[in-house]
Amino acid sequence: MHNGSRAALAVAALLLLSFLTSCATAGTSGSAGSAGDIPRLANGKPDLNGIWQALNEANYDVEMHVARAALQMREGPWGPLPDVPVMRLGAVVSVPPGMGVVKGGGKIPYKPEALEQKRENQANWLERDPEVKCYLPGIPRANYMPQPFQIFHSEDALFFAYQYAGAVREVYLQDPGPAPVDSWMGQSYGYWDGDTMVIEVTGQLDSTWFDRSGNHHSDQLKVTERWTPMGPNHLWYEATIEDPVTFTEPWTIAMPLYRRMEPDAQLMEFRCVEFVEELLYGEWRRNPLPR
Amino acid sequence: MKRNGNCMAVSLLGAAVTWSTLAAGAAEMPRTADGKPDFSGTYDVATLTPLQRPAAYGDNLFLSKEEAEALEAAERERMAAGQQTSNPDRTAPPEGGDGSEGAAGNVGGYNSFWIDRGEGAIAVDGKYRTSIIVDPPNGQRPEMTAAGRAKFMRFRSLFRENTGDAWWVGMPGPGPYDDPELRPLSERCLLGFSSTGGPPMLPALYNNLKRIVQTPTHVMILIEMVHDARVVRLNSEHKPDDVRQWMGDSIGWWDGDTLVIDTTNFNDQPALTGASRNLHVVERFERLDGDTLLYKFTVDDPTVWTRPWSGEYPWPATDARVFEYACHEGNYALGNILRGARLLEAEALQADTGEE
Repeated sequence: MHNGSRAALAVAALLLLSFLTSCATAGTSGSAGSAGDIPRLANGKPDLNGIWQALNEANYDVEMHVARAALQMREGPWGPLPDVPVMRLGAVVSVPPGMGVVKGGGKIPYKPEALEQKRENQANWLERDPEVKCYLPGIPRANYMPQPFQIFHSEDALFFAYQYAGAVREVYLQDPGPAPVDSWMGQSYGYWDGDTMVIEVTGQLDSTWFDRSGNHHSDQLKVTERWTPMGPNHLWYEATIEDPVTFTEPWTIAMPLYRRMEPDAQLMEFRCVEFVEELLYGEWRRNPLPR
Repeated sequence: MKRNGNCMAVSLLGAAVTWSTLAAGAAEMPRTADGKPDFSGTYDVATLTPLQRPAAYGDNLFLSKEEAEALEAAERERMAAGQQTSNPDRTAPPEGGDGSEGAAGNVGGYNSFWIDRGEGAIAVDGKYRTSIIVDPPNGQRPEMTAAGRAKFMRFRSLFRENTGDAWWVGMPGPGPYDDPELRPLSERCLLGFSSTGGPPMLPALYNNLKRIVQTPTHVMILIEMVHDARVVRLNSEHKPDDVRQWMGDSIGWWDGDTLVIDTTNFNDQPALTGASRNLHVVERFERLDGDTLLYKFTVDDPTVWTRPWSGEYPWPATDARVFEYACHEGNYALGNILRGARLLEAEALQADTGEE
């Protein structure tokens, strides 16, 4: 007993010391936060500024999946083969395997007709994936595309700029009320839950996808994101997907996001509108090229 | 400061604002935690004041109060007429257009409710302005170089009144509708028109909101048109000379309480009409009063203009929010413009063979 209580006292002293130390550290850096080595704004809230990027295969397929030969397949004599338009790209357009980002390793809880729609989407990937046409990606997909995004964060503003397609979204820190009309990137309203920035995204069109595998939603989509710093260079990202038209129940994706550590990391222009003009309008040239 | 019908208030307040700015000065300047001026906010830069000064004003930079009020009244009248509800039963405009002028072209816009070029002339320190350009003193862009003029003439030769036929058939060289690459950048949803995103960032016919978010290391300026986020790296260096982008490469620094932004590394088609890849733009943001920034810019492109030129205009804060401008996703126009041109060419060909 005696030893036990002495040990407890020692632990308490250590905790107090570490608490005081962390307070002192926080004090010198001009913030008033709690323990932990995450960057903070002057008001003590986590500082989300930086250039971030996902490091996973979610943009190929958010569900757990083995590698497959191509994003679009056709029937072959002994099983599926890459479809004609993607065949020439060989292994470059194959799908890397992934453990998936759907929490619990599960499948997306589609309603039967919505699952059928997903399969159709997948079979017609080239024609239907909005990414192929350089359309705005919507949320959550924007956060795990294979390109960086930059968060601009101050005490009264939170703004995301994505390199892909120059997509942007403002996160309103006061409740903006219902979205005036639906849009590609939706309307974001954010607030703090402890050290977690919770962002409710509503007002999204039904035209965006979750990945290159045809996973889709309706215009009844509501995405609730949770952005939690795990340390100075990592964020834990979760997004709960609700859409009673498409899914039988809410489901959640989760993944770490990584700070781009290159000393000169910066966003560059990816104005892909220009890159898809031949695809979208090439047939209407005065002298069309071979197609 | 909301600008709805408050030209009187502006002129009455002008002197007071100047005085209070001088007197209270730095104390009233909103600042960030690191002590820099805080320019964060949303701004509506629409204005009736043109970039270049109407020749009648000569070297006079200032409008009288009466002139400014007359300008505003004329615009109100024009807008009221243009915003009348369209007749849903009207028939299609005649082939070749209905003879009207304006942004919708002479096929006739339904009305002009979507146009928002402001309701007032710009005023700095309570004095109304005749132009955004302040240097050269005549408020005009300077003389073009021979190369600049040649490029501009080529560009202008591609624009003509819509006569409802393929007038370019049989002319030497590519026709204006041959390829998407020959259409204006705004038609392709690559950049907004009127250099709205610039740099320099100029007022346009509509969608004039700008959103500034400021951090210790970056300033982000969102351009409403084509949702372009200009990322300005503070205390950074330009990318290597061979790295070229549509909006160039912007770096910035603080010069006292002024934010200076320096942009180079443009590609061959900057947003500023006529400019070349050698364009160099220096922009300066200052605070005029609690609700207003003063935006200044200098354009230097020795390939196109014989000397640098400069302009300035205030950016008033607004409570409005920037809504998504998804230009490309709904761009049915570009494909239809090209298809329309192919139809007209086919008609011209048919007419030719019919005559023979």
